[in-house]
Amino acid sequence: MNGWFNRQRALLDFAVSSLGRRKGKTLGLLAVYGLIVFVLASAMLFSHALRHEAKQVLAGTPEVLVQRLIAGRHDLIPDTHLAAIRTIRGVKSAQGRLWGYLFDPAAAANYTLMVPPADAPAVGQAVIGAGVAAVRDAAIGDVMSFRAHDGTLVSFTIQAIIAPESALVSADLFLVAEADYRRLFGIPDGRFTDIVVTVRNPREVRTVAEKIDTALPDTRIILRDEIKRTYESVFDWREGMVVLLLSGAVLAFFIFAWEKASGLSAEEKREIGILKAVGWETADVIGLKSLEGLVVSLTAFLLGYLLAWVHVFQFGAPLFEPVLKGWSVLYPDFRLTPHVDELQVATLFFFTVFPYTLANVVPIWRAATVDPDQVMR
Amino acid sequence: MIRLSQVKKVFNQGRHNEFWALRGVDLHLDMGGVTVFRGPSGSGKTTLLTMVGCLARPSSGRISLGERDISALPERFLTDIRRSTFGFVFQSFNLLKGITALENVMIPAYPLGGDHGALKRRALALLERLEMADKAQSQAEWLSGGEAQRVAIARALINDPRVVIADEPTANLDSERSAQFLDIVAGLKRDGKTVLMTSHDPLVADAPVVDRVIGLRDGLIDGAG
Repeated sequence: MNGWFNRQRALLDFAVSSLGRRKGKTLGLLAVYGLIVFVLASAMLFSHALRHEAKQVLAGTPEVLVQRLIAGRHDLIPDTHLAAIRTIRGVKSAQGRLWGYLFDPAAAANYTLMVPPADAPAVGQAVIGAGVAAVRDAAIGDVMSFRAHDGTLVSFTIQAIIAPESALVSADLFLVAEADYRRLFGIPDGRFTDIVVTVRNPREVRTVAEKIDTALPDTRIILRDEIKRTYESVFDWREGMVVLLLSGAVLAFFIFAWEKASGLSAEEKREIGILKAVGWETADVIGLKSLEGLVVSLTAFLLGYLLAWVHVFQFGAPLFEPVLKGWSVLYPDFRLTPHVDELQVATLFFFTVFPYTLANVVPIWRAATVDPDQVMR
Repeated sequence: MIRLSQVKKVFNQGRHNEFWALRGVDLHLDMGGVTVFRGPSGSGKTTLLTMVGCLARPSSGRISLGERDISALPERFLTDIRRSTFGFVFQSFNLLKGITALENVMIPAYPLGGDHGALKRRALALLERLEMADKAQSQAEWLSGGEAQRVAIARALINDPRVVIADEPTANLDSERSAQFLDIVAGLKRDGKTVLMTSHDPLVADAPVVDRVIGLRDGLIDGAG
């Protein structure tokens, strides 16, 4: 065991010093290799962290959402529907929501206007998201005015700004009182944007949804699971798009790595001959070259992954933000919670470290099986 | 004892450039002492030593090391014998560039898995003995011909082999350096090593340290001293 350890240590020492002898080639390879890992890992870490974030946000959303449709379009839902839903067995609670979008010409941005179910601001006051505050340069106590549906002016005094930690979901929020909301959009009492329903037994969500659908045929039922799936596929699609764009670069890297790793120079061939002549077995030479490949690929992998981590979780992935985060006018300014999927790391590791190490060993194996007497000639 | 019987070696057999380097060599070499293989270029000296040193196998015939027939052993066993029994000093020294003289000396022992510190001390002691201690940390490519050869000798001795094989050892040295080399050979002889050399340098063949000179011509023994 000790002998084996000493042997590996000696080979590793020698592998590192061999790489040092070919500084230009090694550093060039490390830079390109590290860059590819960095870009791929950034895309993976970013989309995974977003997905994770979205999952956590969705965990707090209602299980069932009921919207009224007229001619296939979303319409306001009357409170008679609310009463009807509350009578359905299995329903724990049902509540009407009021929300919508408000275009602010001053900032050329869309806000999400909402009446919070609890702790709503007083009439004439508003609580705004960090994105809204930033885009309007608004502080607590400032007044923001908008034109209502009938052309009259509605003013709000900023009561509070939502903490930026929850910016992913709150950046463009504009929370107002129910009366202000109805006045701004001209929505009469007894009408809501939609209805959120909670169910007593989570396993009965589908059954309850079917009952609502039967009782209220003019409605559309949206389940939380369906939203989750939509989010998943949106992120998958965006991540896939980025990876597809990167695939050209990845392919170019593999060609480059293969050429670098497999193209043995005359000097390297001579060295293999010397090593064999002085008593190294073919397996020793292959072991040495595998270690060289492993040192390069592992260093590049760790370096690339570390840089990707810093890029995504420290700087908010400025390279991929526009593609992966969405197309909203108000980009939420937030820091993602570091979250790593072990399987994803393993996949990236396998597809970057393994092929390079293999590309390194194949030509060495061919060269190392040659008789060592060449060095005598 | 090393014994060769009817050893033949052919290169590119069956092709237009087929070449018989050895055409049936019978030889008996006792352990200990210094033997020189002398002959013109293409006489088969180097080919003979590559086969004695387990660097290559004969096309036909037998080579025995002691009682063991080594002419048809698989590569792994040949490597094992080569590593433990023979040390090589190549004509162009064949040091690895970009690493130090000390590392070059240590290389043959790496696959054996011995203690690194002990190996380093052994390599330094060998360089010291060959008056190269002050060049231990020099890069191989910075060394002069004579210095490079002494590092190559230290490398050949690192695994304490019984036989040292030197191919045209004075071909790249001036007379003074050649004389220094022969002094080193005398030291090896005193240590009980068997030294086998190829050379067409009269300075080597006529040196007092040499016990036996074997002539080779056209792949056959020409005469044994």
